[in-house]
Amino acid sequence: MSVMQALDLRRRSASSVPAPAAGKPAAVPVAKLIDVSKCIGCKACQTACLEWNQLDQPIGYTDGTYNNPTDLTTASWTVMRYTEYEHGDDLEWLIRKDGCMHCDDPGCLKACPAPGAIVQYTNGIVDFISDNCIGCGYCVKGCPFNIPRISQVTSKAYKCTLCSDRVVVGQAPACAKACPTQAIYFGTKEDMIAHAGKRITDLKSRGYQNAGLYNPPGVNGTHVMYVLQHADKPSLYAGLPDNPQISPLVGIWKGVMKPLSLAAIAFAGAFGLMHYVTKGPNRVTEHDEEKAAEVAGSEKA
Amino acid sequence: MTNSWNDIKNADVVLIMGGNAAEAHPCGFKWVVEAKANNGAKLIVVDPRFTRSAAVSDLYAPIRPGTDIAFLSGLMRYLLGNGKIHQEYVKSFTNASYIVKEGFKFEDGLFTGYDESKKNYVDRSTWDYEFDEQGMAKVDETLQNPRCAINLLKAHVERYTPEMVERICGTPKDKFLKVCELIATTANGERSMTSLYALGWTQHTTGAQNIRSMAMIQLLLGNMGIPGGGVNALRGHSNVQGITDFALLSTSTPGYLVLPTEKETTYADYMKSRGFKPIRPGQTSFWQNYGKFFVSQQKSLFGAAATKENDWAYDYLPKFDTAYDVLKMVDMMAGGQMNGLFCQGLNVMMAAPNKAKVQAGLSKLKWLVIIDPLETETAHFWENHGEFNNVDPKAIQTEVFQLPTTAYAEDEGSFTNSSRVIQWHWKAVDGPGESRSDIQIIADLHSRLRALYSKEGGAFPDPIVNTTWNYAKPAHPDPVELLKEINGYALADLPDPADPSKVMLKAGQLLPGFAVMRDDGTTSGACWIYTGVYTEAGNMAMRRDASDPTGLGIHPNWGFSWPANRRILYNRASADPAGKAWSERKKYITWNGSRWVGGDVPDYAPTVAPDKSVGPFIMNQEGTARLFSRTAMPDGPFPEHYEPMDAFIVNPLHPKVTTNPVVRVFAADTKSFGTPDKFPIVATSYRLAEHFHYWTKNVHDNAVVQPEMFVEMGERLAKAKGIKNGDWVEVSSQRGMIKAKASVSKRIRPIMVDGKPCDVVGLPIHYGFIGLTRKSYPLNTLTPPVGDASTNTPEYKAFLVDVKKTTPPASQPAVA
Repeated sequence: MSVMQALDLRRRSASSVPAPAAGKPAAVPVAKLIDVSKCIGCKACQTACLEWNQLDQPIGYTDGTYNNPTDLTTASWTVMRYTEYEHGDDLEWLIRKDGCMHCDDPGCLKACPAPGAIVQYTNGIVDFISDNCIGCGYCVKGCPFNIPRISQVTSKAYKCTLCSDRVVVGQAPACAKACPTQAIYFGTKEDMIAHAGKRITDLKSRGYQNAGLYNPPGVNGTHVMYVLQHADKPSLYAGLPDNPQISPLVGIWKGVMKPLSLAAIAFAGAFGLMHYVTKGPNRVTEHDEEKAAEVAGSEKA
Repeated sequence: MTNSWNDIKNADVVLIMGGNAAEAHPCGFKWVVEAKANNGAKLIVVDPRFTRSAAVSDLYAPIRPGTDIAFLSGLMRYLLGNGKIHQEYVKSFTNASYIVKEGFKFEDGLFTGYDESKKNYVDRSTWDYEFDEQGMAKVDETLQNPRCAINLLKAHVERYTPEMVERICGTPKDKFLKVCELIATTANGERSMTSLYALGWTQHTTGAQNIRSMAMIQLLLGNMGIPGGGVNALRGHSNVQGITDFALLSTSTPGYLVLPTEKETTYADYMKSRGFKPIRPGQTSFWQNYGKFFVSQQKSLFGAAATKENDWAYDYLPKFDTAYDVLKMVDMMAGGQMNGLFCQGLNVMMAAPNKAKVQAGLSKLKWLVIIDPLETETAHFWENHGEFNNVDPKAIQTEVFQLPTTAYAEDEGSFTNSSRVIQWHWKAVDGPGESRSDIQIIADLHSRLRALYSKEGGAFPDPIVNTTWNYAKPAHPDPVELLKEINGYALADLPDPADPSKVMLKAGQLLPGFAVMRDDGTTSGACWIYTGVYTEAGNMAMRRDASDPTGLGIHPNWGFSWPANRRILYNRASADPAGKAWSERKKYITWNGSRWVGGDVPDYAPTVAPDKSVGPFIMNQEGTARLFSRTAMPDGPFPEHYEPMDAFIVNPLHPKVTTNPVVRVFAADTKSFGTPDKFPIVATSYRLAEHFHYWTKNVHDNAVVQPEMFVEMGERLAKAKGIKNGDWVEVSSQRGMIKAKASVSKRIRPIMVDGKPCDVVGLPIHYGFIGLTRKSYPLNTLTPPVGDASTNTPEYKAFLVDVKKTTPPASQPAVA
């Protein structure tokens, strides 16, 4: 399963990437396969993610469900989503590990106006580079899965990195490592598709006629895939998009709007300069400090 | 476990009932997933709630808490009535053909010999076989005699029709029959079923009988002793199997030996009932060696002070009048009969039922010693935590001493896991602050007490001053020294039984196995079943060879599995009476013409030929397993359904005997039980995957993923009570009241019991007023102070409550 490889860039937001050096072997696309039919929702992946990435997720409250935290946050890059699916006399408890899908055609990256804030490596992993992030939130709009979260404290966007720091040294992501039931597999995308095939055969033999692989073509496939018992109805699984697409607005922004927007940015910059020249620099007031502390606190609590 | 974690992968059917392995044992549950993914296994879950285990099951059936025996007896009726038993196995390896005494009867909910005034079966003489003149049990191998154990069993379970199961358990008949059909597919030597259970079976007034019911089913199916079979207790702590092996019950000593009663004043009296002569021809009856294990244990405890002349220091042992389990201790504390309490690794304020009674008991102590790595509710029982622990500290005079210990990663030692595998663990870091290891604390305590007794004498200082204590550092014994002591030594040169002119073992050498133990004082060993764990070849608990030559998950060179490194108990039963495997698929231990061979250690001497008809169940005098249990169980030779003490219905099988007739109820608790007119809802308690007991509420990330107490309820009940998800709810029982947030779920199915709707609520046990999770009322505020008739394990899994919508708790005041 070791897929040790250099993190060469395939795409870089708002900029271009040089073609790979001739003769250099191409990185093998990787994938994480989440087998929903093996998942017991224990949240070992959630705590492993918090620990490996040294994230400080505040302790919350229960809302009467098993979803804790109740949504993705700037610190919780993955959460379990539990759905009670009743059909006839039968009940299923569908438990889906939510987080970045690492789209092969990443809407976040395409929407991002900040050069190098979002990159895609040649192995398919989509990563946020905080130093370059301007916190504009365009990635949120560009994401068909509602994944990135913007911190009110740091004004940066955060999401799952697919543990690119582990993958580069041949380790599986922390969540896959921690999963006690091997519901999370990691390897080359090709191997993961083959493995999913065996799982789907098993599920079909148990009466799940519509079992299948979730690897949506609308984003040219993903580097996080699901084995679903009901692949004909992905939205059963806490609103997993049936047919995710990058919002057409991203295309407009990249096409028609881009020059206009750049002009607008240039204008804003010029306006800011005039403002500085005529009114002097901005001062941080005591009120501003208090407000900032309040925001930081609410993100912590 | 009779089998092992790894062996679960060999199962064709996995039954999770009386437990929730995915939730409480997620790491071990990987073997269930393995069985499903690679062995085509089907997973059945029977549980009051549609659990995390049920989420990945093939078949789920709901059941009312506390009615497992009715379900399992119905299953036995199905198997017996439809010929779905493994006939040859049952005939050869169980007591099916044994003839039960003429006087034995079961009528109106009672077996013979019951004394109403004593609430006990005072005369159990009919709970036995007919014997011939040689003292051998009489059998009828044609099974025609109506008094054959299997015929009595058939008659006993006849009442548990699918309709009766539905009436008592609330399990829809069609679901129940589907479960029966799937389980019945293993009634042959080709396929096997494993049974995984935990506290969902033990924490009932009929706890031991719940498990016994499953043992009987596995015998009828021929699933004992074979790969992917067994009755498997999933233990809740990393070393709770270890503490069980070292005398968990107050009436035991290590290795499942029995502490003498006050009536057994001499060693001769004590041994009189421990002859364990075989009661069928040619049987091993392994407990015949009882004296060897007992004397070796006494030598280990008292060394040179234990001599033949003083009956191996028999007088040093305490003689018990009654069992001193945790319920009894709490009752004595509350009754003002105790001055002090050592609480080592036990958060009794949370862990014992009826918090109000525990609180009252702790408040009457003069002193309380807490030996624990964490802050516990028990250590802070005297503090006011608002409505969560509303006490007046000024009114409590108990002096509390906290002795902080190291945690498992801060010291080395051994763990014994559910598979009975003893594994060494190494120290990773130093403990924080003033913490010391449990061993160090107890050793220091011992040396101080011993010094006091040596100096001041006292009524009977001998057992304390003569305790063997020959460690290199008396105040800090090395765990390695302790494991060697547990394993045992030769105290003199031991001759080779095959050639007495040769020395088999020199004095001072470690024993290779319990077979060499002797009752003449020349061997020592603290716990005979562990002998072999530390031999002259080294510390077997440190072995980490993962190889598995047979591919059956045996891993013979990983750690050491007691007894004798045997991985599947009763493995002789994996072969037919002639020693041939029941099937190629389940081939495990077979007779090759001169020896028993296979990947595991056989049950008895590998050269004893199958024609000697030595039975696989060597711990029984019969050599066979018991469908009829003789006098081993205090509540009867067959399991019978009795309602929990908080009874939801009058027992439809015998209305005059609704609850278990032999449970112990303390005088102080006679009014502690609820009735359905006031408390019409059935409650059960459980653990969450995100937490470990009362520990991980101190860990930030665990608190993040399950931060707060809740009460799960079905939609029918929520609707009737006007409760929505996330509302605050008051849950009350005869013992007290708590508040918790509502979790309204389809996963608690609406069931009908005895013609009326039965609503179930579920409550996690983890939350209290200490730790990082949101402060909460401890759940044991609600639970009844009564235990299993056999073991006194508290009845946490089935009790009656009422629920109503309420206001949030007031914000708690600062710690007093």
